[in-house]
Amino acid sequence: MLQRLEHLLGIEPLTREQITFILDQAAPFQEFQKHPLKKLATLRGKTIALAFFEASTRTRISFATAAARLGADQMNLQAEASSLKKGESLIDTVRTLEAMRPDGIVMRHSASGAADFVAKRIEIPVLNAGDGTHEHPTQALLDALTIRDRTGRLEDLHVTILGDILHSRVARSNIHLLSKFGAAITLCGPAMWLPREFENLAPNVRRVTRIEDALDGADAIIVLRVQTERIHEPAIAAEEYILGYQLTPERLRLAKPDAIVLHPGPMIRGLEIDPSVADGPQSCVLEQVTNGLAVRMALLYHLVGGAPTDAPHPAGSDAVSNSGSSSSSGAAKGSANAAD
Amino acid sequence: MRVVEKRQLLSEEEIGRTLQRLAHEIVEKSGGTKDLALIGVRRRGVPLSQRIAAIIKTAGGVSVPVGTLDITLYRDDLSTVAQQPVVHSNEIDFPVDDRDIVLVDDVLYTGRTVRAAMNGLFDLGRPRRIRLCVLVDRGHRELPVEASFIGRLVETSDTEIVEVRLREIDGEERVMLVDRVT
Repeated sequence: MLQRLEHLLGIEPLTREQITFILDQAAPFQEFQKHPLKKLATLRGKTIALAFFEASTRTRISFATAAARLGADQMNLQAEASSLKKGESLIDTVRTLEAMRPDGIVMRHSASGAADFVAKRIEIPVLNAGDGTHEHPTQALLDALTIRDRTGRLEDLHVTILGDILHSRVARSNIHLLSKFGAAITLCGPAMWLPREFENLAPNVRRVTRIEDALDGADAIIVLRVQTERIHEPAIAAEEYILGYQLTPERLRLAKPDAIVLHPGPMIRGLEIDPSVADGPQSCVLEQVTNGLAVRMALLYHLVGGAPTDAPHPAGSDAVSNSGSSSSSGAAKGSANAAD
Repeated sequence: MRVVEKRQLLSEEEIGRTLQRLAHEIVEKSGGTKDLALIGVRRRGVPLSQRIAAIIKTAGGVSVPVGTLDITLYRDDLSTVAQQPVVHSNEIDFPVDDRDIVLVDDVLYTGRTVRAAMNGLFDLGRPRRIRLCVLVDRGHRELPVEASFIGRLVETSDTEIVEVRLREIDGEERVMLVDRVT
């Protein structure tokens, strides 16, 4: 259960049961996205600090929308406008935010381990929205939810991750998550983006440089963005990348017939993915976006909601339920009666 | 604290007869089944709403739409509980706009669950009317909420608990009055 999860720093430390719990809890919030009136008061009176020390558009909007739909208020910090530019240290910035008494902090930072560093030094829950090349846990969770919805399972899948593995926190988090469910993972890309150490992240991870070998038998293909801002190192020309690694309809046919295609976005059509694949029936990119909202709402609800963990329990909160149920849901509803 | 059973309020047979009566009252007071829909409040309102719909179908041949509502996100005590309760999906596959909705729950107590259920319904649309049907009304209201259809009215003290046990969930069928003793 998520019960004693104080922060969401990465996928690596989570158990399979915790991951399943988060995905199951996202399901009601998937349904919620279809409501005509998308506004809850569940986190009314709570404030969530969105601290993006590194530029982000979709993740920030997704967290902000998730918080808004739960009824929480937001404090926004964006790298460009922040005092970081003036030389303030990370911890001073975070402590300044904390002094304004938010109930949780969502943070992205270019340094690997930044979320962990902050979580050890402040009292409120920290949700990692990406730290350097380390982890991007909510992306892996929304990918897993999308895969589970489309294929009907998460166990023992063949998953291919395609692109710049070396710089990808999305790849790392996905490897950790899918491996916990017994996935066989194939990493594919130019050799300089395929570090050997990734084989040690989890059992059953292999590296392949020929895309044809990587796609054979795949249930799901996660296409990564070619991070053009990072192609300054041992560079590969765009034309060369397209020739060797673009996911085209012909190449997609090498995977299982019902294989699904995921992309964390932003997607560069014509570079890492052919437009007809991006828009094709096997593509899940828009479901990923909607599922991201659901996953983030579920996480905010469980991590930020409720009384602070060190607060004394009010009388009656653990009272016997009125309807005498022993199940968690029944007890929850029952205590709505009994606790009043 | 211990919990002791004080007495049985309804037997299996009495629950069956009560639901028969409630189903007929709902149809009669609604002037038929046009626009009628039943929504069971998780958890024990769900089998009750399904059974009432089955009785209406047997009696008049009409299938009344039935849905399931989870009120967790609408509870008013969430900021006081240390651990957030598990959320479940609603299962309402018909538009609630302009419907004549009967909420079904097992026990009416403080009225707070019903308030939460109505808020949940409003997020789905604008029903023409919402009424409430409960198997047991045990009193002690904290909100101005009353039921239109009541199976059994029971006088209780506020330490007592009304336990509705249904075969779909609990594997047995009866309503008990239990008490907390310290």
